[in-house]
Amino acid sequence: MGDDLQTTNTRNRPQGGLLQQKQTTMNIISAQEHQTVKSTAVISLANDADPRTLDLNGVTRIDLQFPKFTDGRAYSQAFLLRRRLGFAGELRATGDVLIDQLVQMQRTGFDVAVLREGVDASAAQRQFERFAGFYQGSAVGTQPPFAPSA
Amino acid sequence: MYQYTEFDKQFVRARAAQHRDQLERFEAGQLTGDQFKPLRLQNGWYVQRYAPMLRVAVPYGEISAPQLKVLAQIARDYDTPDAALLAEAQATQDKIAGLAPKLTTNYGHFTTRQNVQFNWIPLSKSADVMDLLATVNLHGIQTSGNCIRNTTTDELAGVAVDEVVDPRPYAELIRQWSTLHPEFAFLPRKFKIAITGAAEDRAAIGWHDVGLQMVKSPAGEVGFKVLVGGGMGRTPVVGTQIRESLPWNQIMNYLEAVIRVYNRWGRRDNLYKARIKILVKAEGQRYFDEVEAEYQDILVKDGGLHTIPQAEFDRVAACFAAPALNLPSSTAEWAAKAEANVSIEAAKTPAFARWIAQNVKPHQNPALRAVSLSFKRVGQAPGDATADQLDAAAALVAHYSAGEARVTHTQNLVLPWVRLDQLHALWLEAKALGLAQPNIGLLTDMIACPGGDYCALANARSLPLAAAITERYQDLDELDDLGHIDFHISGCINSCGHHHSGHIGILGVDKDGKEWYQVTLGGSDGKDLSGPTAPGKVVGPSFSSFEVPDVIEAILDTYKALRISQSHKAEAFIDTLRRVGQDPFKAAANAARQPVEEAAI
Repeated sequence: MGDDLQTTNTRNRPQGGLLQQKQTTMNIISAQEHQTVKSTAVISLANDADPRTLDLNGVTRIDLQFPKFTDGRAYSQAFLLRRRLGFAGELRATGDVLIDQLVQMQRTGFDVAVLREGVDASAAQRQFERFAGFYQGSAVGTQPPFAPSA
Repeated sequence: MYQYTEFDKQFVRARAAQHRDQLERFEAGQLTGDQFKPLRLQNGWYVQRYAPMLRVAVPYGEISAPQLKVLAQIARDYDTPDAALLAEAQATQDKIAGLAPKLTTNYGHFTTRQNVQFNWIPLSKSADVMDLLATVNLHGIQTSGNCIRNTTTDELAGVAVDEVVDPRPYAELIRQWSTLHPEFAFLPRKFKIAITGAAEDRAAIGWHDVGLQMVKSPAGEVGFKVLVGGGMGRTPVVGTQIRESLPWNQIMNYLEAVIRVYNRWGRRDNLYKARIKILVKAEGQRYFDEVEAEYQDILVKDGGLHTIPQAEFDRVAACFAAPALNLPSSTAEWAAKAEANVSIEAAKTPAFARWIAQNVKPHQNPALRAVSLSFKRVGQAPGDATADQLDAAAALVAHYSAGEARVTHTQNLVLPWVRLDQLHALWLEAKALGLAQPNIGLLTDMIACPGGDYCALANARSLPLAAAITERYQDLDELDDLGHIDFHISGCINSCGHHHSGHIGILGVDKDGKEWYQVTLGGSDGKDLSGPTAPGKVVGPSFSSFEVPDVIEAILDTYKALRISQSHKAEAFIDTLRRVGQDPFKAAANAARQPVEEAAI
């Protein structure tokens, strides 16, 4: 594949920073803030697992994985957990989590995202404000624009 | 055409703004090349052999005159490399053996998926181009990347005489549903849907990841026959029927099931095994069962969120009502008289008669015709249109076709709303523009990808071969005599030139840095004349670029020698091939090899 661009300009690389969360509906945390917990209340699920086989009793948090941001299996897992199974606890996106996928993560049911080490969070907020709406219903209660009650 | 609401318009503008944001972060080093690439791909920006390529989405091929004018403006003002880049590119191309047309700039290219591409726009100007496109509701959303691509359909949708159901409202609803679908933006591989509503399949639905055939029950209920798992590429597979009949209002819920199971189960370890066709082949009934169970869960447990309400269908369908055409009279007498006048003109002017016979199709409204403008001619690559030609086409579309045209998967434009009494005037104007070659469906109406002149993936060039065959077969009587032949050229196994479905297919392969070409015979896209959808069969070891034109000629001469005529109607190439089998064609092709050439692979 010849389709690769090199980043030619690396000046002004921001050193991270506090993210304003007041308007996002997602809690975005740094890799440092993310702790894996040994507890039956917290599950870490591989992205090829079927979430419908889990016993969700007493589970308060499920960490889903993005080994590469281009591997989109965890979106389907999140949808199934949130909408199909009605899981009300925390769905946490982990792994190669970048700015430009946060909105779709939120729409498929994630409520917490652990930004990949080194990713500057300052560009995140405006992504949540960009689109006035979407064509699809989401995993978190949003109706499609054509829904009779919308 | 679909009329964009304020919501639709602001959505396209927001998408353009999002691209600008991403481009700026890339340029500032906040996004790496690897992180930016899938984002720009999903806006149609692909970095090619020498420069970025932009693929503009033309949803189900339907395009307006103002949109064509903006494409002309982009070709004129933006599709220009700097002189040094062009010189370097040309020098590199010149090192490849064999005669070839020069690289060209400032043009648009109609693609086999009914989109439009540009080859030379600098990435630094991409955000400006997206803003300009957004002024006429155009964009590049999901024209590339591992996501749901532009839905394609019959170029005669809404006007075809054999139509059962107009597929365009459904195609538009699928466009909306698939646009920025949050769950399906990073699938294992690209995902293409085609839909037809006519008795004859002119949309090659069997060759798509999902193929939809609209059906109507005796009680008048509209539904879909659903095929899944078709595709070309390295492993050509014809789609399998997964659902005989699906109610029309369930199409999004059902597609959600089809694609969710694919997203969960599809292979991601091997690029060449990642398409849904491989999953369907590997899992078979188990995949079908899972989709059915998933569909039931979507309906029962999720509440069927995307069941289409009748009111929403009606809102969208109303946009596709036939345009007002200011016909002098809508009576059958007027149409009969206009038709008689066309016949009189055709009797006087054989060239006009030929054009009517080859490039003009009947219409649901007897007072109208659907007219193809041919973008297949000597001196320009198949499907290429300069800025001036795009402008001129826009003017024809505005004047003769109620402001609406269709980009066809055979890389031409169809004007679907032409009045009978304006056919002759349109012909004269199209002829003056070089867009009236009466070759629609004939050998020189070939499909060709941009190939090794522009594409980074190509193993070999397509355009020099296309040019050689176009030049060799200029005689209209000879072309006419050869009759309908689907001639398809791909520069690599990705099959953008649809070589698998060509009656004669050419596939570029690379060996030791040299260009070689495999020839296949007997492929079908599924239309009536081509027969059941099937990939062609390779005739033997590949040929050099010097040999291919002679090989094609040998194959065509074999056809002429073996065909039989019934009541003055010659047997079509594909029918002769099916009747006598490949062997005589194979022998003729191999006899056309040049012994001085080194051994082919």
